[in-house]
Amino acid sequence: MDTYSFMREFADSWGLLFLFCFFLGVIVWAFRPGSTKTYTDTADIPFRHENEPASDAEAQAMEARQ
Amino acid sequence: MWDYLKLIVLGLITVLAAIAANYARDLAYQLHAILVMLVAGGVFLWTLRNTHETKPAPETGYMDDVVRAGAIATTFWGVVGFLAGTFIAFQLAFPVLNFDWAEGFTNFGRLRPLHTSAVIFAFGGNALICTSFYVVQRTSAARLWGGNLAWFVFWGYQLFIVLAATGYLLGSTQSKEYAEPEWYVDIWLTVVWLAYLAVFMGTIIKRKEPHIYVANWFYLSFIITVAMLHVVNNISIPVSIFGSKSVQIFAGVQDAMTQWWYGHNAVGFFLTAGFLGMMYYFVPKQAERPVFSYKLSIIHFWALIFLYIWAGPHHLHYTALPDWAGTLGMVFSIILWMPSWGGMINGLMTLSGAWDKLRTDPIIRMMVISIGFYGMSTFEGPMMSIRAVNSLSHYTDWTIGHVHSGALGWNGMITFGALYYLFPKLWNKTGLYSLKLVNWHFWLATIGIVLYAASMWVSGIMEGLMWREVDANGFLVNAFVDSVAAKFPMNVVRGLGGVMYLGGALIMAYNLWMTVAKGEAKAPAAAAAPAE
Repeated sequence: MDTYSFMREFADSWGLLFLFCFFLGVIVWAFRPGSTKTYTDTADIPFRHENEPASDAEAQAMEARQ
Repeated sequence: MWDYLKLIVLGLITVLAAIAANYARDLAYQLHAILVMLVAGGVFLWTLRNTHETKPAPETGYMDDVVRAGAIATTFWGVVGFLAGTFIAFQLAFPVLNFDWAEGFTNFGRLRPLHTSAVIFAFGGNALICTSFYVVQRTSAARLWGGNLAWFVFWGYQLFIVLAATGYLLGSTQSKEYAEPEWYVDIWLTVVWLAYLAVFMGTIIKRKEPHIYVANWFYLSFIITVAMLHVVNNISIPVSIFGSKSVQIFAGVQDAMTQWWYGHNAVGFFLTAGFLGMMYYFVPKQAERPVFSYKLSIIHFWALIFLYIWAGPHHLHYTALPDWAGTLGMVFSIILWMPSWGGMINGLMTLSGAWDKLRTDPIIRMMVISIGFYGMSTFEGPMMSIRAVNSLSHYTDWTIGHVHSGALGWNGMITFGALYYLFPKLWNKTGLYSLKLVNWHFWLATIGIVLYAASMWVSGIMEGLMWREVDANGFLVNAFVDSVAAKFPMNVVRGLGGVMYLGGALIMAYNLWMTVAKGEAKAPAAAAAPAE
């Protein structure tokens, strides 16, 4: 089989299946149990550290909050 | 040590550029070699004078001076790009503006790529680079990685813009839409872009926040994808190392497909993903509430990048491209409607509970109308990608109208909103010089876009219908020139729309200037940290 036909057949069979399943996985991952709490915290990122970077102590506190 | 290495490299570049200028086979290449020689020589002298000087202690706060420079460059190139666009719009209405004395330099064919590159890459590109540097620092709670590398990205990008623009005027082009610069300019942009990727990635890697905020996902996908698109679409072999002409390694329909894979993803990842990164930071900040649904933003991101990359073939309906490829592009373009509108809903609903701000805050109004135009042009685009619709719309002004409702409405307005947000923050002012002028800008720009889009719809559909009109015997009724003559009034209205949009941008430039010059300085925040 020449390269073109191989790539073409791979793309519309296993390649398509892989990308489709990956995408479904992303949706399931986004709605996993406990995600709401994490994402509420993540969505608040723009409202912290407006004027200066986090110090090391702050960074550890953020890590511990997870 | 590092300084010595820099001096050697800069000295070599200066000498090689001088040699290249001497052997140059065409004017554009010669001018560029001289420009490179002057820039490299200047940086050489500057480095030489600073060698063995005591270096100031490294700073620890956010690196905002490069963002300030980027915000100024965005405003400047915006005005330049809109001016060029307005001028060529009138060239189409009044061909006498293609002056005889400047033939070969300022005729429509030379100025058109100057306009598109100035607005997309100079205005849009600077907006993306400066906002991404601002956003990635705030959302990572870390200073930019790489020290002065960020300055290299900024100045290197400006050099790319100058090389591209002067090249177009002198006829140096590889005739690929939105990828016109010739081989050595492409190589330079690749170097700058990889440095940009390094700065951005480096900052994300050393972030203090445990999570990567969604805006950074969009910015990162924009940077990586543009690097890939740019390299693949510009694979070419120079005819001579001392000339600007090069030959593409792809030929025929493969070249066309590569070009539109690049071209449509320039829309998808440069003008959409990158600007969505802006939306996901600046809209929540200006509305003072977090994004409507963070889960939706994750699905928005993955759906958008998974689908956009396939949409390119819809630019090549009814060509030598196989039908299956065209159908694939068309189907993916239509599916794209969903993530696009998901993102639009996410942006708009961020204002839920704060809709009253629309009445009092012209900046949030600008952001909302930009999201509105995003929704409108992402509805229009999939519709135009359908083969039957495309047979009417392709090669007509409808396409140009569509592009401008997206570019002026979505990209332009969200950038104006971000600039109005950034200037007082970056120069530490209490607020903008005048909200009234923002209102003027808002209405001038909005009415300008409406005039532009409406006139191009009328003109485009008229052209499409005139070109396909046949009489009872199957002969074409209209010559091409008949459709050109019939477009005159619409071309004038389009030019007027451009004047209004340009006028709004000039008002913005004045307002931002006065904010920096006359704005009231913000009182230093009450010390929350203990004194040292």
